[in-house]
Amino acid sequence: MIPEALILVPLLTGLACLLAKASPRAVRTLAMQGTLATLALAVLLWLVHMKWLAIDPLTARSLLELNLPWIPALGVSLHLAPNGLSVLMVLLTALLGVLSVAVSWRGITQRVGFFHFNLLLILAGILGVFQAMDLFAFYFFWEVMLVPMYFLIDVWGHENRHYAAIKFFLFTQVSGLLMLLAILALYFLHGRSSGAYTFDVARLVDTPLPSPVAFGLLLGFFAAFAVKLPAVPLHTWLADAHTEAPTAGSVILAGLMLKTGAYGMLQFLWLLFPLAALDFAPAARVLGVVGILYGAMLSFAQFDLKRLVAYTSVSHMGFVLLGIFTPNELAWQGAVMQMLCHGLGTGGLFILVGYLSDRLHTRDMRAMGGLWASCPRMGGAAMFLAMAALGLPGMGSFVGEILILIGVFHVSPVLAIVASGGLVLATVYALWMMQQVFHGREKVRAADLRRTELGVLAVLIVLLIYLGVYPKNVFDTFNSTIKHSRTFNSLMQQSQIEDP
Amino acid sequence: MMTRDLLALGPMLITAGGAVVLLLALAVCRSHAFASAWSVLVLAAALAAIPMTWPGAPASGDLLNLLAIDSWALAFWGIIFGSALVVCLLGFEYFRPLAVQAEEFYVLVLLSATGAAVLAAADHFATVFLGLELLSVSLFALAAYRRDQAISIEAGIKYLVLAGTSSALLLFGLALLYFHTASLRLSGLAGPLLAGHPDTIALYAGIALVLVAMGFKLGLAPMHVWTPDVYQGSPAPVSALVGSVSKAGAMAFMVRLAGVTLTGTPGVRNGVFYGLLVLAIASMFTGNLLALRQPNIKRLLAYSSIAHMGYCLLAVLPMAAGAALDRQAVFYYMLAHAVSILGAFGCVCAASENGREAQHVEDYRGLAWRRPVLAGVFSLMLLSLAGIPLTAGFLGKFYVLASGVRNALWLPAVCLVINSGIGLFYYLRVLGTLYQREEAESPDQFATSTAPSALLQPSPQLLLTHLTLAALVVLLIYFGLMPALASLPM
Repeated sequence: MIPEALILVPLLTGLACLLAKASPRAVRTLAMQGTLATLALAVLLWLVHMKWLAIDPLTARSLLELNLPWIPALGVSLHLAPNGLSVLMVLLTALLGVLSVAVSWRGITQRVGFFHFNLLLILAGILGVFQAMDLFAFYFFWEVMLVPMYFLIDVWGHENRHYAAIKFFLFTQVSGLLMLLAILALYFLHGRSSGAYTFDVARLVDTPLPSPVAFGLLLGFFAAFAVKLPAVPLHTWLADAHTEAPTAGSVILAGLMLKTGAYGMLQFLWLLFPLAALDFAPAARVLGVVGILYGAMLSFAQFDLKRLVAYTSVSHMGFVLLGIFTPNELAWQGAVMQMLCHGLGTGGLFILVGYLSDRLHTRDMRAMGGLWASCPRMGGAAMFLAMAALGLPGMGSFVGEILILIGVFHVSPVLAIVASGGLVLATVYALWMMQQVFHGREKVRAADLRRTELGVLAVLIVLLIYLGVYPKNVFDTFNSTIKHSRTFNSLMQQSQIEDP
Repeated sequence: MMTRDLLALGPMLITAGGAVVLLLALAVCRSHAFASAWSVLVLAAALAAIPMTWPGAPASGDLLNLLAIDSWALAFWGIIFGSALVVCLLGFEYFRPLAVQAEEFYVLVLLSATGAAVLAAADHFATVFLGLELLSVSLFALAAYRRDQAISIEAGIKYLVLAGTSSALLLFGLALLYFHTASLRLSGLAGPLLAGHPDTIALYAGIALVLVAMGFKLGLAPMHVWTPDVYQGSPAPVSALVGSVSKAGAMAFMVRLAGVTLTGTPGVRNGVFYGLLVLAIASMFTGNLLALRQPNIKRLLAYSSIAHMGYCLLAVLPMAAGAALDRQAVFYYMLAHAVSILGAFGCVCAASENGREAQHVEDYRGLAWRRPVLAGVFSLMLLSLAGIPLTAGFLGKFYVLASGVRNALWLPAVCLVINSGIGLFYYLRVLGTLYQREEAESPDQFATSTAPSALLQPSPQLLLTHLTLAALVVLLIYFGLMPALASLPM
């Protein structure tokens, strides 16, 4: 009941935005109402999932799951069944959806209806990705969100938007097709061994796979997820897409689209190919550490403020990759926490950069300086988000990073030590950005944040602190997934055996 | 037996008879409206007759020495007659403002559809040749239909020369096969019948020549050189016809041929398999690479259809196993391709004004802000050609890939993935052009461009074209979400 509503509400609102012959203001209001309704549904989903609402189990089950036959001849079903991890991601998606509509309120003046149509379609696609438990449906949603994102970048983006939009689309589409090949191979292997042809994840789990085959399939999935994440050799689309996209587009890209890659790894890779993933994990961890350090260094080297923030994503998502491929509970909890905080924190930074470049009409840091004097509120918010980016204790990102590092230390102390260098580099780029833009000689003046703008950032800041001081809610929600996961338990045993 | 045969032949008799009646009627009274209405009626009747005939009459009777009217043929007749119907609908408003006599266009469309239908059901060398010739002859008359334009005549002559050559090759190939097997039946090439004979050079050469002739019709590389010129020179509805009807007929026969030869002796089997593999991969790369920087939209669609036929061959390759899944994949791919290519050329028709076709990609710059609905339709067609979900093209590609993976054809499957990436680049280039904002645009202009009256821009003289496009969009989305037709027993 709730899963399909979560997809239908933004979808239908989006269509209404496109077709309504209404004033831009009415369209914006409509989109806002749609995203708020989605957020309410997401919170409801959370409450039901955590059994915090007293509902009898049978109703709760029907509220939480949808399983419709779609293409019966192929064993495709529209199976939506969010688990703990999905619920967290759905909450993040719904929240950032509301904020993206809010930040586009003034920034987008042209083709308002088409803009919000694309925005809401992306949200619908992402919500589908986070809830699908049928690999065909998963791939379907995975691809469906690319087209509106392409339009968002290509139509409302900045100077180099056509290049960025095509690059983004090509990277994600081709890697997605590799995943499709792997999905199909898994489908036929399972069908041949069991006689039942199905794309349902829960049943594909049992497929007996010889280890080289499992490894090959894992690589197919990993290619798609690693491009989205992005893992280092495949990250080059990110800086262009994030930089050229309009603010709402950057928020969605950084906050949500990158999470679909991490989500896929955490949800499906370990579940479908546990042994192959264990073999692959050391290599993935190294990729993660390389991403942490390289992303941070690239970030420091930028003059374009938006590009700087974009590269911090590479660094932060490196932590996520590192955590996901460290098979113990600490690292996984940390990875999920880091995903949420990166969504909120980097989303916030992109919003801030958007506000700034709307005022100054430039994103070049060399042209900025001493802005604190004219806009102290913006400076304060920026300071806060920069601290979140560098992982200051008291904020969610600290919890995430420290848990990942502790988890990794159990498995590979050397990597943990090297990765913690990323924290130092993060401090360097975050403070460098603050100094360049807000401190020093006053080069430019700008109007300070309006009350609504401050409100948008305040939501993010409050949540970051909340996650930092009381992360238990997140842990409990995610725990509801992993404690019941057979794969997880068997992995725990295996990694303990391997541990000296 | 006679009635059953007639019933089985029903759809084809309707189109063939319809063409003759129309020709006679035109001798008495010329009327564009009548001709188009009649041909639409005839094709609709033929389409309606298909379910009545379903699932066809499997092998029996005299007639069926010549034609195999099985569910495979009937399914393709559906594509062929449906596409021809769309072409007739598009043709009406395309030819109306032109100073050419448009009535014979419909006769030729009916004839070409009949030819393609014969080819799709051909099980005998005589019907193969008959169908192919009927199709080709109508098509080169159609390609040159705009005699007011040199480029159209050029397209007609090019097609005439090359189609003539390929017919000659086909005929020679068929003769060689007859020499070897002493049978005019296609099934004479099947494994058990060949078992007693040693392979001869005549057999190999015969099969190779027939493959080349079919490859020519399908526009497979390296027999593709005519495609861009013919697509560009022909009137847009005819280009749509070449892309849908002619391709569907030829592909249906290609699958029959592959099904028979791939179960032949090891020599034949390997030869045909690797031949088709090379054709498939060459077509994918040639089509996509040549389309990359193509500024003419009709040529671009031509190159893209070369690549698409290459993709489709991926599901023809494992035809030896003869599994229903592979046949269904080919059928669904051709169905999806027909809908998308008809839609794309339909958009070209709709964007054209006063007889001047909007051929250049530049003609479409900012179309989304002038005619948003048309641009939306065109985007959907392009996305379908690129194989993006929600559209029929995605499921077509999905079925073909599934067929490749099931049969462990990794090389062509990976080539398909790479080529999807290359292909995406030029589809996105066109798509991006559609949505390019004009830089000098002021907020006032924006306000007027989204005003309700301008939003739909219902140019009344294109009502039929717009309705046809709307129907195609519905089909595109329906086939993209609910592939019920893909599970037909074949």
